[in-house]
Amino acid sequence: MNRPIRRSTITRRTALKRGLLGVAGLTLAKSWRVWAAPAIKPTVAAPAGKAKAVIQIWMWGGPSHLDTFDPKPDAGSDYCGPLNKPIATNIDGIQVGELLPLLAKQADKYSIIRSMTHGVNAHETASYIVQTGRQPGRLVFPCVGAVVSMFKGYDHGYKGLVPPYIVLTEPQGRFSEAGFLGQRYKPFATGGDPNRQPFAVEGIVAEGISDERQRSRRELLHSLDTLGKAMPTNEQFSRLDRCEANAYDLVFGDARKLFELDSEKDDVREQYGRNTFGQSCLIARRLVEAGVPYVTINYKGWDTHKQHFETMRRKLPEMDKGMAALLQDLAGRSLLDRTIVWWGGEFGRTPRVQWDSPWNGGRGHYGKCFSAVLAGGGFKGGRVVGASDATGENVAERPVWPRDLIASLYERLGIDPEGPMPNARGLDIKVMPAAEAGEESGGLLAELV
Amino acid sequence: MRIGLSGAVVLLVVGNGLSAAEPRVVRPFEGAVGFKSANRIDTPVAAALRERDIAPANRCSDEVFVRRVYLDVIGTLPEPQAVQAFLQDDDRRKREKLIDELLVRDEFADYWAMKWCDLLRVKAEFPINLWPNAVQAYHRWIRDAVRDNMPYDQFARELLTSSGSNFRVPPVNFYRAVQGRAPATMAEAVALTFMGTRLQSWPEVDRNHMAVFFSRVAFKATTEWKEEIICLDPAPGEALDVTLPDGTAVRLLPEQDPRAAFADWLLTPENPWFTRNIANRVWSWFFGRGIVHEPDDIRPDNPPSNPELLERLEKELVRANYDPRRFFRLILNSATYQQSSIPQSDHREAEALFAYYPVRRLDAEVLIDALCWAFGGGESYTSVIPEPFTFIPESQRTIALADGSISSQFLEMFGRPARDTGLESERNNQPTDAQRLHMLNSSHVQKRIQQSARLRRVITTYRRNQPALISGIYLTILSRYPTDTELVAAQDYFGTGGLTLDQAVADLAWVLVNSKEFLYRH
Repeated sequence: MNRPIRRSTITRRTALKRGLLGVAGLTLAKSWRVWAAPAIKPTVAAPAGKAKAVIQIWMWGGPSHLDTFDPKPDAGSDYCGPLNKPIATNIDGIQVGELLPLLAKQADKYSIIRSMTHGVNAHETASYIVQTGRQPGRLVFPCVGAVVSMFKGYDHGYKGLVPPYIVLTEPQGRFSEAGFLGQRYKPFATGGDPNRQPFAVEGIVAEGISDERQRSRRELLHSLDTLGKAMPTNEQFSRLDRCEANAYDLVFGDARKLFELDSEKDDVREQYGRNTFGQSCLIARRLVEAGVPYVTINYKGWDTHKQHFETMRRKLPEMDKGMAALLQDLAGRSLLDRTIVWWGGEFGRTPRVQWDSPWNGGRGHYGKCFSAVLAGGGFKGGRVVGASDATGENVAERPVWPRDLIASLYERLGIDPEGPMPNARGLDIKVMPAAEAGEESGGLLAELV
Repeated sequence: MRIGLSGAVVLLVVGNGLSAAEPRVVRPFEGAVGFKSANRIDTPVAAALRERDIAPANRCSDEVFVRRVYLDVIGTLPEPQAVQAFLQDDDRRKREKLIDELLVRDEFADYWAMKWCDLLRVKAEFPINLWPNAVQAYHRWIRDAVRDNMPYDQFARELLTSSGSNFRVPPVNFYRAVQGRAPATMAEAVALTFMGTRLQSWPEVDRNHMAVFFSRVAFKATTEWKEEIICLDPAPGEALDVTLPDGTAVRLLPEQDPRAAFADWLLTPENPWFTRNIANRVWSWFFGRGIVHEPDDIRPDNPPSNPELLERLEKELVRANYDPRRFFRLILNSATYQQSSIPQSDHREAEALFAYYPVRRLDAEVLIDALCWAFGGGESYTSVIPEPFTFIPESQRTIALADGSISSQFLEMFGRPARDTGLESERNNQPTDAQRLHMLNSSHVQKRIQQSARLRRVITTYRRNQPALISGIYLTILSRYPTDTELVAAQDYFGTGGLTLDQAVADLAWVLVNSKEFLYRH
């Protein structure tokens, strides 16, 4: 069922009237430009919205909605398996899975969408749809992070120490994140492990190489640059030299401090959980605090075809701890109002447990109905949007397509979904426009605003 | 082991009278030999340069040539022994001999299959969705075609007109490797791949005519997972009126496959599109730009920079019966190709008219292979999705990967093409800050250097002979000996207090892989 909701969109004209558009956006950061490719000339001014940043917790593989934010204790063991005792949250009437006790205490801060749908069960295609809001077609569209890093990054006055779109720690790599926007808007993936000392951010923090040795190697590099010296005016080589200078600014500059967790108190680090995910959440908080507009925590391991419940018992407490600490910490530092936290994967998992061999109690891919969570950045907390049916297999109320969630997110960030998406290829494309005839949409998430 | 410059034969030839001034000679990259036409394609190049008073570059040195031709022909660095043997060989025809040897190496098939797989969009998953079995079959067919030197016209005909199962008749995957099943989409892919032109830039009426040729391609699933039969639509149709891109109208009987009619028109020596496209493309692969540039954007308002050269190449290709190796050989043996990268002229048209060999960053796949080769160890590539899971053995070279969906952070970062569109411009060899960070300071590169078995061998062999040690590292990484100046600078560095020999060697290796000479074809 499909009940389109009239969307409230800020047109460019009304935005101008309200004085939302500034003249920012024409300066390029001197410190570090991710890509040496020429900037796309901004044709829209820097957006102004309540939310300034997004932390996306990307549940790579597709997390089970029944075992997390949409429990179905009455559906029987063929659906719940052993996880049949959901727990109450600090909001009356909202329950979450029994392995999320800490998040249960933070339910006032987030809202659960229980009626996400797109119907695709293949990882790559589903990832593409969930992260771009688009159906696959001839053009490869940019994902949300690339779009945000275009509207809030270097083209619009971002002068942060690190690139505006960071992925912790491994790149998602299921499709070209920046799509037709090009290299410039791709994320910087840190690599390394924030739970280790030091957090060896690829390219920025080198283990076992002192600054002094780093400098003397650089000198040797320059003194042995025989081909470069033979062709001093070569444009390709000049470009490489500029990239090198930028790279060394990062290596020797203050950027590394952002990734040094020993400046955090021990109990804070404990609260987030001493594991890669927990410490990634802590790094994410530090990054948005420093003004980075988009951080993705690429959280792997949710493609649980086999040993599903064992994995849930191992991983959900880790997720619970890290994410609950993140919400609490953001709120405590008054950052939650301007930071959207978006939790979700490419799809959910089959509500009916696959008991037969070879799965032996696993859950498969499920794109027809799944959950997502939104918090902060002006989205209301303590709500549930939509509903699934008694077994979590179908959307029962108020379907939400990825495009609806993404357009709502853009609105919070002050990016007009109906506005033009500037691009070097001269394509006439809107950011995330309302569905046209034949396209499916449940409308913007007006109920959370 | 010889130290210093190899004994490049110095011939005092004034290059074709092209330049009156004494050319600047930069060692060790070139000798004092000017541009001296070596075969038929040099004549139009030299003529165009002379006309604009552009001095061509000197002939590249043997050291530069051996590295360049390995990278260009087989996407692989030469073994130090091969470099030494080549430099010591005093056969006047040694470059020609080396070219012939490389053209029959296994890596030749790997490397050029990779190139064609980029253009033919060979990938299992989104947004092409060939799926793994078909990717393997298609890649193998393409690689075999390259290895067996299938003439370009036959290659194109098989891709354009084959019918059958995508597992058993691999070239039918051509029509599956597009985003969608609309005749217009297939027409776009055909025009781009075999005519080097973007259908979107054609007038609408011509676009529509072109699409008709692919309106009877039928796709039929079988009971086998992801198997598909591609054939002429068996449903009885009516006679079909088609108009060829040159405006000729043809009526096709219902049982005639319009794809065959199109191929019959396209694949003749007289056809203005096919030969031009392939000649221009091959040229661009060796010179980083087409005579028509972009090489897949041939249209009336995008003229060739040197029309006589393009015409000559077309004639040579026809004369060679579209034999790929023969055509490669002609280009590789030309004086144009064997120029140094160091321009003798700053004329703004110098590059477009091929007055030197332009530097270009190594392809992502070639670069990672070179790092693996120089320091040992492979890259592990996997695809866990879709089933069946794919794990590629570490010993497999990256240039031999079949599936464009199987990737790595390194390949993405260094601009490997996504294989979504088949456009040549998908490959992005421009440097970025992120790449530079990775090469300069990542644990990935650092670890490779520290754990390199090859460097360890050099250290063990030349522990007591520092100049030979340094030369060994140079020969391994840059395929040449150090110059005297470089040797002195490196020895100074080795004498720095507080550095162990291992550290000094690691630092020198780090410096050399970060040098422009390593990162760029030159």
